[in-house]
Amino acid sequence: MPDLTTLHVHLGHYLTLSAILFFIGVSGVVFRRNAIIMFMSIELMLTAVNLTFLAVSRQLGDHQGHVFVLFALAVAAAEAGVGLAILVEIFKRRGSIDVDDFRKLME
Amino acid sequence: MNFTWSDAAYFWPEAIMALTFIACVLTDLVTRGRRHGVTLSVLIAGTVVSLAMTVIKAPEASHYVFGQMVVIDPFAHFFRYVFLFVTLVTAVFSYSSREIMGKDRENQGEYYSFLAVMCFGMMVMAEANDLLMLALSIELVSITSYIMAGYARFSLRSTEASLKYVLWGAMSSGVMLYGASILYGLTGATGFSAIREGLLAGSGSELALLVGMLFVLAGIGYKISAVPFHFWTPDVYEGAPTPVTALFSAGPKAAGFALLIRFFYTSLVQTDGTGGVTLLEGIQWPWLLAIMSAVTMTWGNLAALRQTNVKRMLAYSSIAHVGYLLMGFVLLTQAGLQAILFYLLIYAIMNLGAFLVVIALNNRLHSEHMDDYAGLGYREPILAGAMTIFLFSLTGLPPTAGFVAKFYLFAALVDSQLWWLALLGVLNSVISLYYYMSIARSMYFTPATETGGLGLSRAHVALVVILAVPTLVLGLYWSPVKALADSSLAFLLGG
Repeated sequence: MPDLTTLHVHLGHYLTLSAILFFIGVSGVVFRRNAIIMFMSIELMLTAVNLTFLAVSRQLGDHQGHVFVLFALAVAAAEAGVGLAILVEIFKRRGSIDVDDFRKLME
Repeated sequence: MNFTWSDAAYFWPEAIMALTFIACVLTDLVTRGRRHGVTLSVLIAGTVVSLAMTVIKAPEASHYVFGQMVVIDPFAHFFRYVFLFVTLVTAVFSYSSREIMGKDRENQGEYYSFLAVMCFGMMVMAEANDLLMLALSIELVSITSYIMAGYARFSLRSTEASLKYVLWGAMSSGVMLYGASILYGLTGATGFSAIREGLLAGSGSELALLVGMLFVLAGIGYKISAVPFHFWTPDVYEGAPTPVTALFSAGPKAAGFALLIRFFYTSLVQTDGTGGVTLLEGIQWPWLLAIMSAVTMTWGNLAALRQTNVKRMLAYSSIAHVGYLLMGFVLLTQAGLQAILFYLLIYAIMNLGAFLVVIALNNRLHSEHMDDYAGLGYREPILAGAMTIFLFSLTGLPPTAGFVAKFYLFAALVDSQLWWLALLGVLNSVISLYYYMSIARSMYFTPATETGGLGLSRAHVALVVILAVPTLVLGLYWSPVKALADSSLAFLLGG
C-alpha cells in the first residue's frame, strides 16, 4: 500500500483528469442516442472545463479562472434548463427521446 | 477591475437593448400576453432609441470599458448598425408572419423579448475583448436561438430543429470553453491582448496552443456554420419558423464573423506598424482558412443544387456565403476584412429580403416548395420582381449590391495573388446561378395552377420593396457605405 502522505497531486494530474473527462463527454455526445444521456455528457465536458480553469487558476494564484468557472456554471445551468424544457416538449408530442427518431427534417 | 460611470456612457445602445428586453417582458405581463402589438411597439421603440444613441455616440477611438472586458471601437460600432437593422426588420416581419402570429401560438410577447435580448447579445459579441465575454455573449445568443428555433412548439419540425440545435450547440460551446481553458492555462490570461503577450513570451507547447485555438475556432465556426461545423444548419434553418431562420442567417452569423475577426486579430496577429500583418505562431493559419473557405462554399453550393424546398435551399446557400466571406479572411489583409464587413451588411439586406418573400408566400401558400411558386411572376408581379432582384444579388450579378460586395472580396484575393481560391469562388458563383435561377424559372416560366393575386397585405409588399430598393441602389452607388465599412477597421492600423 502506498504511503498517502507522500502522494502529491500536481497540476499535470488535474489536467490529465480533465482531458479524460472531456473526451468521455465528447464520446458520450457522439455515440449515445438518448437525448438525456447526451445532455449529461455535455455536462461532463463542462465539468472538465471547470476543472482545468480551477487547477490552472490555483497554480497561477490568479482569480480570473475562478470567476470564469462561476459564470460557466451559471451558463451551463441555463443551457440545461432550456435543453430539458425542449426535451419535455418533444417527448409530449412524440413519446420518444431517441435522437435517431428525429428524422422529419432529413426527408 | 473597476467600474466607473464614465465607462457606462459608451455602452448606451447595449444598455438600452437590455432595458428594452425587460420592458418587453413587463409589457407582456401587464397586457397578459394578449396585446402583442403593444409589446412589438415597445421593442421597435427601444430599437429605434438604441439606433439613435448609436448614431449620436459614434466612437472615434477604441475605448476599453468594464475592466477591459469590452471594447467599444468603430469596428463594434459598424456592427451595431447591422444588428439593430436586422432586429428591426425581423421584428416588423415577424408580426405579419403566420408561423409566429398564427392562431394556436400563445405568448407571442415573449418572442419580442427574445429578439431584444438576442440583439443585445450580438452587439456584445462584436465588442468582446476577453475570453469570458466571448463565452458569455456567444451563450447569450445561442440560448436565445435555441428557444426561438423551437418557438412554434406545436410543430414537430420546429421542436426537432430546436432539440438538434441545443444538443450540438451545447456540445460546441463545451468544446469552445475547453479551448478557452487551455489558452488560459498557456498564457495565464483571459484578455485577448494579454493572451497575445503571453504567447509572445513563448509559453507552453505548440501542440497545446494549436488544440486550444482550434477548439475556440470550432465554437465560433459553429456559430457562423463553416464546414465542418455546419451540419446543424440545414435542419435548424428548415425547421425553425421562417422569420427566425431569416434572423439566424443574418444576425448571429455577422456577430460570429465580428468575433472571429477581433479574436484572431487581437490575440494572434502582430501589426508591424506599416499596416502589414504577420501571424504570431508557426501554424499555417492562411492555409487552414483557405481550405476551410474552399470546402465551405463548394459544399454549400453543391448541396443547394438538389433542394426543392426554398427555405432549405437558402440554408445551404447561406453556408456557401460563409465560404465566400471566409475568402476575405484568409490572408488577413486590410482590404479583405473591409470587403467582409461590406459583404456582411449587403448580405443582411438581400438575404432578409429573400426570406421576407418566402414568409409572405408561406402566409398564403402554406408551403415553401419550389413547385408551389409556379406562375407567381404573373400572380404577384411586385413580389416576384423583388425576389428576382434578391436572387440576382445573392448570385452576385450586376447591377445589384451583391455584385459589388463580391467584387471587393475577389479583388482582395487577386491583390494577394491567391488565384486558385478566387477562381474557385467564381466557379461557385456560376453553380449558385443555377439553383437561384431555378426559383426565378419556376416563378416566371412554369404555368400556374391557379390564377389571381394572393391577396397579400400592402404593408408586407411595401417592406419587401423597401429592402429591394437598397439592393439595387447600392449596386450602383455604394461609396458611402463602403467608406463606412473601411473606416470602421481603423483599429487594425493602430495595432
